[in-house]
Amino acid sequence: MNFTNSDVKISIQDVYKSFGNNHVLRGAFLEIKKGESMVVIGGSGTGKSVLIKCVIGLLKPEKGEIYIDGQEVASLKEGDLNEIRKKFGMLFQWGALFDSMRVWENVSFGLRQHTRLKDTEIKDIVIEKLKLVGLRNVENLMPSELSGGMRKRVSLARAIAMEPEILLYDEPTTGLDPIMADVINELIIHLREKIKVTSIAITHDMVSAYKIADRIAMLYKGEIIEVGTPEGIRNSKNEIVQQFIQGRAEGPITREQ
Amino acid sequence: MLRLLEIIGTKFLKLVEESGRVAILFLKTLLWIFRPPLNLRNILAQIEEVGINSIPVILITGAFTGMVLALQSYTGFKRFGAETFVGTVVALSITRELGPVLSGLMVSGRVGSAMAAELGTMQVTEQIDALYTLATNPIKYLIVPRFLATTIVMPILTVFADIIGIIGGYMVSVYILGSNPTIYERRTWDFLKLNDIYSGILKATVFGMIIAIVSCYQGFNTEGGASGVGRATTKAVVLSSLMILIANYFITALMF
Ligand SMILES: Nc1ncnc2c1ncn2[C@@H]1O[C@H](COP(=O)(O)OP(=O)(O)OP(=O)(O)O)[C@@H](O)[C@H]1O
Ligand SMILES: [Mg+2]
Repeated sequence: MNFTNSDVKISIQDVYKSFGNNHVLRGAFLEIKKGESMVVIGGSGTGKSVLIKCVIGLLKPEKGEIYIDGQEVASLKEGDLNEIRKKFGMLFQWGALFDSMRVWENVSFGLRQHTRLKDTEIKDIVIEKLKLVGLRNVENLMPSELSGGMRKRVSLARAIAMEPEILLYDEPTTGLDPIMADVINELIIHLREKIKVTSIAITHDMVSAYKIADRIAMLYKGEIIEVGTPEGIRNSKNEIVQQFIQGRAEGPITREQ
Repeated sequence: MLRLLEIIGTKFLKLVEESGRVAILFLKTLLWIFRPPLNLRNILAQIEEVGINSIPVILITGAFTGMVLALQSYTGFKRFGAETFVGTVVALSITRELGPVLSGLMVSGRVGSAMAAELGTMQVTEQIDALYTLATNPIKYLIVPRFLATTIVMPILTVFADIIGIIGGYMVSVYILGSNPTIYERRTWDFLKLNDIYSGILKATVFGMIIAIVSCYQGFNTEGGASGVGRATTKAVVLSSLMILIANYFITALMF
């Protein structure tokens, strides 16, 4: 095992997670290198969201280890986890915006909690981050006044506001029009190239996956069945992977059900 | 028969387990209170929500309780010629018992339900998870301000209810039942001890804690979308009201 290797930023080792009789993760392994953009694909309900929630400590695996910068986190207490979480930014699948706060309060939440920046500085950062996700003049709106795609982008702005080392994106482009989806793809690439963030992105959008991924991992039946470069995944010999990336109704995935 | 016992047994175990969890949440909340910094802005916002906005309800409750107490005890006392003691009964029952208990029940209905619904919605829409990812502890950020606000505000609301209740009783006695105002006043104050007021205030403080912790617990443990939020809200009100009535008996027995 090479999880102490300093090149590895996130290491997921044999993780199991179930809810009652629903065994969602059944021995998942995955390593993400420093500065790497990993995309996780897999069918709806296979546990992709559960996997990244385990990484950031929102869910506790029953078994297995997760290392962040060589430190085991799955067994950490809440207080220590809090410190580790400062390295992270997370975009939730449904946005998870604080609906009692205005857009600018949402985006600046981490800054206001953890830094002593002045109001004017915070305002500037908020406007800059919103611009990065393609939004302007929305600072004073409430989340309920935004469209679904706008909420998602505000949520992304909130995730990147603290300039974290690691970003977890849960379906960053679903619900966006193709042009906006590409703006977000470019932003994810920009964050990787310029700020060298390490990221895990979950997506069903194969166009986006090929574009933003250094490597792609496929989750199937609670395990990562294949990891490879976009090229490698495209040419995979695995029937399951082929059926998924081509989006065919006929194949081993649907036959097994 | 065995099946029935089994059902009762599991229900009982669940209740014990849940009480344990509520107690743990209570202890965690206490710990977080003593870990600075306190978020004053959130606390003040909650005091406004819990306290200021509850005043009308509390005043109406207090006034009508005092008024009906005066009517009822007058009817009873007149039968053995003790109607001059209506003032005493009104003052004692309100300060020791009805002021804190009715305020507690009203606040649990008004505030406990709102807290459970708000936090429950935050839970099912992953906003509480989002707080964790922003390295902010939700107990400190969400529960501590609600707990402090409710605990501070409940005794104050109770004092308001006491005052308006005594005034209500006076009004009914003097203007409707034609009691002598001077005698009524004297009967009110002569037998009222500071201790009566303190015990009421102590009760109110405990009730405030119960409302906040039970409601926040229900909110944080909401599962399953909008209907889950509805269930959490109902449970918050029912459980905190029951716990208020039970705690009321034990505090009274202890201070008897
Ligand atoms: N908090 C939870 N409690 C109970 N079951 C859960 C919970 N979270 C997830 N699950 C279950 O875990 C399984 C995987 O859910 P998850 O949200 O990870 O799927 P997903 O791969 O992200 O799907 P999608 O692509 O539709 O978002 C589902 O069967 C879901 O019902
Ligand atoms: Mg998901």
